[in-house]
Amino acid sequence: MAQIFHRSTNFISRFTLFSGLFLVGLALLVLGAIARSPYLTNQNIAREQPVQFSHKHHVGDDGIDCRYCHTSVETSAYAGIPPTKTCMNCHSVLFSNAEYLEPVRESFRTGKSIQWVKVHRMPDYVYFNHSIHINKGVGCSSCHGQVNQMPLVWQASPLLMNWCLDCHRNPEAVLRPREQVFNMDWKAPADQAEIGRALATEYKLRTTAELVSCSTCHR
Amino acid sequence: MGAEGHRHEHRGGEEPEVKHDAHDPCTEELGSRVYSLDLAAIRERLAKSTGKEYWRSLEELSGNPHFEELLHREFPRQASEWDESVDRRDFLKLMAASLALAGLSGCGRKPEETIVPYVNQPAGMTPGKPQYYATAMPLGADAIGLLVESHEGRPTKIEGNPDHPGSLGATNAFAQASILGLYDPDRSQVLTYLGEIRAWSSFLESAVATAPMLKATGGAGLRILTGSVTSPTLAAQLRALLAQYPQAKWHQWETAGSDGAREGGKLAFGRYVNTVYRPAKANVIVSLDSDFLGSGPGHVRYAKEFFRRRKLSGEHAEMSRLYVLEPTPSVTGAVADHSIPMKASDVGLFARALAAKLGLGGSASVPAEREKLLEAAAADLQKHRGASFVIAGEYQPAEVHALAHAINQALLNAAAGGTVYYTEPVEMQPVNHLESLRELCADMDAGRVDTLLILGGNPVYDAPHDLDFVSKLKKARLSFHLSQYFDETSEYCQWHIPEAHYLESWSDVRAFDGTASVVQPLIAPLYQGKTAHDVIGAFSDKPGLSSYERVRNTWVGGHTEKDWRKWLHDGVIGGTAFAPMAITSKWNPASLLPAKPAPADQLEFIFRPDPSVYDGRFANNGWLQELPKPVSKLTWDNAALVSPKTAEKLGLTHRAAWTGGEHGQILSDVVDVDLAGSKVTAAAWTLPGQADGVVTLPLGYGRSKSGQTGTNKGFNAYVVRASTGIWCATGGTLRKTGLEYPLACTQYHHNMEGRELVRSASLDEYKHNPNFAHKGAEEPPKELTLYKEFAYPGYAWGMAIDLASCNGCNACVVACVSENNIAIVGKDQVMRGREMHWIRIDRYYEGSLDSPETFFQPVPCQQCENAPCEQVCPVGATLHSAEGLNDMVYNRCVGTRYCSNNCPYKVRRFNFLRFQDWETPALKLMRNPEVTVRSRGVMEKCTYCVQRINNARIEVEKENRPIRDGEIVTACEAACPAEAIVFGNANDPKSRVAKLKAQQRNYTILAELNARPRTTYLAAVRNPNPELEKPGTPPGDKR
Repeated sequence: MAQIFHRSTNFISRFTLFSGLFLVGLALLVLGAIARSPYLTNQNIAREQPVQFSHKHHVGDDGIDCRYCHTSVETSAYAGIPPTKTCMNCHSVLFSNAEYLEPVRESFRTGKSIQWVKVHRMPDYVYFNHSIHINKGVGCSSCHGQVNQMPLVWQASPLLMNWCLDCHRNPEAVLRPREQVFNMDWKAPADQAEIGRALATEYKLRTTAELVSCSTCHR
Repeated sequence: MGAEGHRHEHRGGEEPEVKHDAHDPCTEELGSRVYSLDLAAIRERLAKSTGKEYWRSLEELSGNPHFEELLHREFPRQASEWDESVDRRDFLKLMAASLALAGLSGCGRKPEETIVPYVNQPAGMTPGKPQYYATAMPLGADAIGLLVESHEGRPTKIEGNPDHPGSLGATNAFAQASILGLYDPDRSQVLTYLGEIRAWSSFLESAVATAPMLKATGGAGLRILTGSVTSPTLAAQLRALLAQYPQAKWHQWETAGSDGAREGGKLAFGRYVNTVYRPAKANVIVSLDSDFLGSGPGHVRYAKEFFRRRKLSGEHAEMSRLYVLEPTPSVTGAVADHSIPMKASDVGLFARALAAKLGLGGSASVPAEREKLLEAAAADLQKHRGASFVIAGEYQPAEVHALAHAINQALLNAAAGGTVYYTEPVEMQPVNHLESLRELCADMDAGRVDTLLILGGNPVYDAPHDLDFVSKLKKARLSFHLSQYFDETSEYCQWHIPEAHYLESWSDVRAFDGTASVVQPLIAPLYQGKTAHDVIGAFSDKPGLSSYERVRNTWVGGHTEKDWRKWLHDGVIGGTAFAPMAITSKWNPASLLPAKPAPADQLEFIFRPDPSVYDGRFANNGWLQELPKPVSKLTWDNAALVSPKTAEKLGLTHRAAWTGGEHGQILSDVVDVDLAGSKVTAAAWTLPGQADGVVTLPLGYGRSKSGQTGTNKGFNAYVVRASTGIWCATGGTLRKTGLEYPLACTQYHHNMEGRELVRSASLDEYKHNPNFAHKGAEEPPKELTLYKEFAYPGYAWGMAIDLASCNGCNACVVACVSENNIAIVGKDQVMRGREMHWIRIDRYYEGSLDSPETFFQPVPCQQCENAPCEQVCPVGATLHSAEGLNDMVYNRCVGTRYCSNNCPYKVRRFNFLRFQDWETPALKLMRNPEVTVRSRGVMEKCTYCVQRINNARIEVEKENRPIRDGEIVTACEAACPAEAIVFGNANDPKSRVAKLKAQQRNYTILAELNARPRTTYLAAVRNPNPELEKPGTPPGDKR
């Protein structure tokens, strides 16, 4: 009996099967890549704000310390967004007629808050605490990037869970001496591995098992 | 509360009464499968049993195979049934679509959010850090001092104030639940006149307009009705107003107040007094129907003192002894060493006999079977002269109080430094409330009342029915009602003024010993509420002052600003506690007219404020409605409580609807109560430990106009409450109607099949064998496990719960609900076993059906070291933490419920539906921002308040030191008045929890499973009088 299918059918069927699998795999990879891409994480995207506030100018040029505005960063879970009053401390005198500061003056006049666009957004089930990171020698720029070079702030890190865990598993890589925490230009020295270990002991860092327990961040 | 509860109530609908012979297939099915109780068989079984046997429900005791089958299912069959009107085809369509789209739900960019900082940040506040303010919650003639946690200006959690004598750091269920009362969206939000919305200013105008007429008549037509007033400022305002208008009158009606205590003091001492007890100093306490550990002025303080006195440790093995005679089981009776069910009227006879026995004169005898008890109690009191006391119940008549005073005086308990002392009354103007209300009704009826101010309270609902308050109220020309809800009384008053919650108002209040506190607001009124100070002020000659100014003016005279600030900070005005008065009773018990014992064949009806909704004022509070009542474990309803014997006599029963699928759905006989010329229909409930021939009618339910949560729940016992029998009435009848009503009772959930979960001994047994809790218990060696051992080099969190101290008061349950954003689910869902409480209090009985011993066992997550739940989660949503917690990760949970199936302790709770209200704005303010709000399809459970652990750890690590013992206090531990729950680091041998765990009484429940829970229990120890055999114990079986 003649064969119904030509020999080449074998190849076609194999090709179809394998390329099908390949396509599924590819699709998964693409989906994974998209999920981790700035398209979904908002990483590296500068956000428009109601006032064109420049960290580059205030921090980089004027040299104002982070804590002048983010007052509770050493004591509270939230670093704190400055009240309008903090802006007006200077801007009642400096650039007091500038048009782009009108929203600030308006807020101060009317008592209505300025609504800043949130750049770093954590899911509701994540409980991040600024103060403990600062106190354990994790510098601002380790997560926020070099804010002193950002005219408008963007999110420098992906804020994905594996990014958090990378550091919780190996905090030695980013630990700094406490006096360097607010230094935007800090770079890890060549012997960071050694320094980091010494600092981890000095700061009495918790064990890796403790730092990666679910309830450390989730409640 | 509003939306959280009622949404689900709509789902369940109002429970119709089920009639047996109906032809509805549904009810027929239920009808065919219900199983009736056979009390006689149960009695027989109990009589045969030797050795200790603990039981939880009558059904369990009966050993019915169908009931047992029901227990084998963790969640009943119907729980997983699709009960909405979607057919199979639509369901498959939905499933296909959701499968196809499931992967996409995580896609899409996150929505943009804004940050809204302050314009001027308030001084002293740090965003993200809670602040605590001291205030006090007034309730009836008492107040409890509180520290209220506030997140960015939103009060979120109540804690007790350790500096306040009425709290000593603990709270009760009412105080804990008052946070929900504050945010309740059903509270009245507008001021109305004849139903139309008006501004506060138009009320002021109307109030001022009454002045000329009042002046002309000297206030002849002005009447003011308040509850018990313990606020010095309000009393001063009222007195000033009465001085201005001498013809005006101030009446008081506190429906759950105690005229008996007031009049009893007057009878004994010739004047009104306040009595303060010192359970800490008492070796022997006889309670004449007093629930002093669970309700009434100072009960939180009394519970603290009482249980501190009874704490056992290795070397200390002394306890006080408590006798409780009561007609209906209370939390005080449940922890008593001798709890004797007795008709309310017989308690008075017993008091007379006790006085006679102690040689105070008079003559009375008790029935032969109580002779022995009388002898023993009298001897015990004699033996501990000066270190004992007799306390009369709030709902006992004046003579019983007078007898208690006389006995205490005779026994030198009231001598200086004794266990009892007397002070000036805490109420600013003590009067007989019933007479006061009667007088007001007579005046209204006679047309003598022109203007009536009702400040708080709800007399249309809760006045004795024979006074016919409504029809008389209609005769007043002008009526004003200040209340938090537009309720039954508001409906009949022209003006309704929304009342501010105590967390929104400035006021002051005195506690049980006279200590005054300033009530300071945590938040500006959410719903334009006004205080009684504002309303009275509007009628006075100083209408412009704010409540703040009025309160301040009362106290600051002669003091500095610094003092005022200190009072606000401390929550207590120093030095205001009343000094003990030196008075003696000249009253002779022999002067009492001889009493007739109540006819044995007549039913006695007693009224009691409900343990959950009190006199009805908390009816719209969903947390309290869903709270299983301490002894009966009923939720969302009240029921006419009867003893097993009375139930048998009247043919009353309740049946577990066993394969209808509901663990908690109990079909109960409906009865008609015909009393004092009025009738009410109620569900009956058989309660072991209730006195025979007594029917308890709990007040506070059957509200016709409360809010969406509280309206039309249960039956209204006020309908049959007449002024002739405010607390106790006879001459009524109770008739079975043949109908049935479904009640939601949580004691049928999570049944543990009679294993030895509760262990107990008498003090003598304990002294003889401190290791009694481990006798015969199977405790496998630690190594016997297939799983990897965890090492806990740092902290190892653990909890020890002392069953000798727990009186089941429920404060911990509500504290947990408040701290952890736990949803309420509604009656329909409770009947399916789906209530969400992370800590439940199991009630166990031991002994006879009629007078059992009662034990309570709080069960939170046991935080096992070999956790069965962790092994079965397919998605790693529940994992072991390095400190030994079983962490629950909500965002990983896909809702397989394997963990819950595998949990031997049944402490995991599943969100079958979206129980949490995500829409109502007011409720968003209420939530604890430190805890995730869970959604549908997610498992949850007790976390040992991991948010408190983490926050404490972060703070101490910043200070570079370890966590101190007692620095982390879980919500349940903080609320507990009995200090029964202790949390801490079990790795530190010096910690309180480690010391408790080292006691020999310490045991693990279901130790044979080797799950090695971190929560352990200390076996209960009671101190019964060796002279008295345990009732029902067969001779020769002394255990």
